[in-house]
Amino acid sequence: MMFDRIFEKDVAITGVGQSEVGRPVARSGMRLTLDACLDAIADAGLTRADIDGVACWPGDNNNGDAFSPVGPNALIGTLGLKVNWYGGGYEGPGPLAGIINGAMAIASGLCRHVLVFRTITEASRRKVDKNASALTNKTIGRDSSFFWQWYTPFNVLSAINLMALYTQRHFHEYGTTPEQLAQIALTCRANAALNPKAIYRTPLSLDDYFASRMISTPLRVLDCDVHCDASTAIILSRADAANDGPNPPIRLEAIGAALHQPWSWDQIDLTATAARDVGEMMWARTDLKPKDVGSAQLYDGFSILTMIWLEALGLCPRGESGRFVEGGRRIARDGELPINTNGGQLSGGRTHGLGYVHEACTQLWGRAGERQIAPHHVSVVAAGGGPLGGSVLLVRD
Amino acid sequence: MTRKLPLLTEDNSPFWQGGAQGRLLIHHCADCTRFFHPPAPICPHCGSFEVTPRAVSGKGKVLSYTINHQAWRPDLTEPYVVAIVELAEQAGLRFVTNIVGLPAEAVHIDMPVRVRFEQHEDVWLPLFEKDA
Ligand SMILES: [Zn+2]
Repeated sequence: MMFDRIFEKDVAITGVGQSEVGRPVARSGMRLTLDACLDAIADAGLTRADIDGVACWPGDNNNGDAFSPVGPNALIGTLGLKVNWYGGGYEGPGPLAGIINGAMAIASGLCRHVLVFRTITEASRRKVDKNASALTNKTIGRDSSFFWQWYTPFNVLSAINLMALYTQRHFHEYGTTPEQLAQIALTCRANAALNPKAIYRTPLSLDDYFASRMISTPLRVLDCDVHCDASTAIILSRADAANDGPNPPIRLEAIGAALHQPWSWDQIDLTATAARDVGEMMWARTDLKPKDVGSAQLYDGFSILTMIWLEALGLCPRGESGRFVEGGRRIARDGELPINTNGGQLSGGRTHGLGYVHEACTQLWGRAGERQIAPHHVSVVAAGGGPLGGSVLLVRD
Repeated sequence: MTRKLPLLTEDNSPFWQGGAQGRLLIHHCADCTRFFHPPAPICPHCGSFEVTPRAVSGKGKVLSYTINHQAWRPDLTEPYVVAIVELAEQAGLRFVTNIVGLPAEAVHIDMPVRVRFEQHEDVWLPLFEKDA
């Protein structure tokens, strides 16, 4: 891949915000959204009047569905914004699509300050309906989905079955072991212990991991992220408008959004997924190298996806993620590549995408309190699984 | 075991209904002579519209599998095997299915399998069993 114009270099993050994160939180999805967005706007040293764009993934996914109950349409009027551009929608390069779309809007001259947000209320919803996120609920009656019809008739009723197929294949091809995989959950829990907002903070041992319930071999309940209610917001600013606020701008050095395979959960490369295309694209857009990365916030909706991202982003060789994470030393907060420093989604809570960006910036700004890692300038964030994937390389100069 | 069934369309009905005649029908391109899945009006390899469903042998091997233990519905009390089967006709030609007819623990990657249809209303699900 060759690129001769790197639009994201015109864009920086100037503020971040987040609501309370809980299981559940006794606030509406809209209230959580407002908490996060106003927090981020203030953090950037801006006011509502400065925001001239709004981006969200996936937006109001399905008329208030708990996976994404609030989209740009609802937020704009509620918050009294006057925008030049706004956009949402599920079809895009995964949970970071709002960041990528917002950056494109700025670089193309439509906006100066874009508010990117992501709200989720799955914890509240699951109090009422335990199977609220089942794949069969995506269509009523016969499955008319272009994609899910190939899985639901075979009682693939949760994405975990598909993730388990990737995991089993990774074990088979590369000799990855359950003990190695467990290090993702253990590392996230150790980090969550130092994050006051994390959902699960009690210590976790390898024995605890192996005692946890098997859901879909070889994945256990501790390989799945934890549902929560939360909203996260990020302010993107045009580079020439990014130096006026209280925070040193965090530049978007490079983004990855490629998909060179079918948008499918079983027709893609099972152990590299879309993440491979995303990683290749991102590194083709920068002179930086994987060795320059000081921290990595890698999607852990399921633990295997973190392993896949480590390889796809070149943070370890393909097939080597098991050996890379073995024992957990390298990926610990004081290791050579700290990952998911707020507990990720496995223990921190399924904020679903923007939580990783929030944490990357918090660490780059040195605001992480007890869980602060060593000072560094470059952090990579990647999110998504299967055909969904996007990444962003962040630099604080 | 109850099943969520697909909505049948002109594109997908050969796949879901071929089992009525005991045939596994996979879309095939006359121009580049390759199979493809999922079925569609155009060949994703070469862009040709000269595509038709064609019967395959129904034989293949397990590319990956998982034993599901979670009862996503009240009737799913027993563990069941979800797998990706690669068909014998072409490398990479594959789809998600269930492996049936043997203990879940006996399933393994590369296990040879053959199709076995299970009818639900007007849909014949292509499931797979161990091929001797
Ligand atoms: Zn063709």
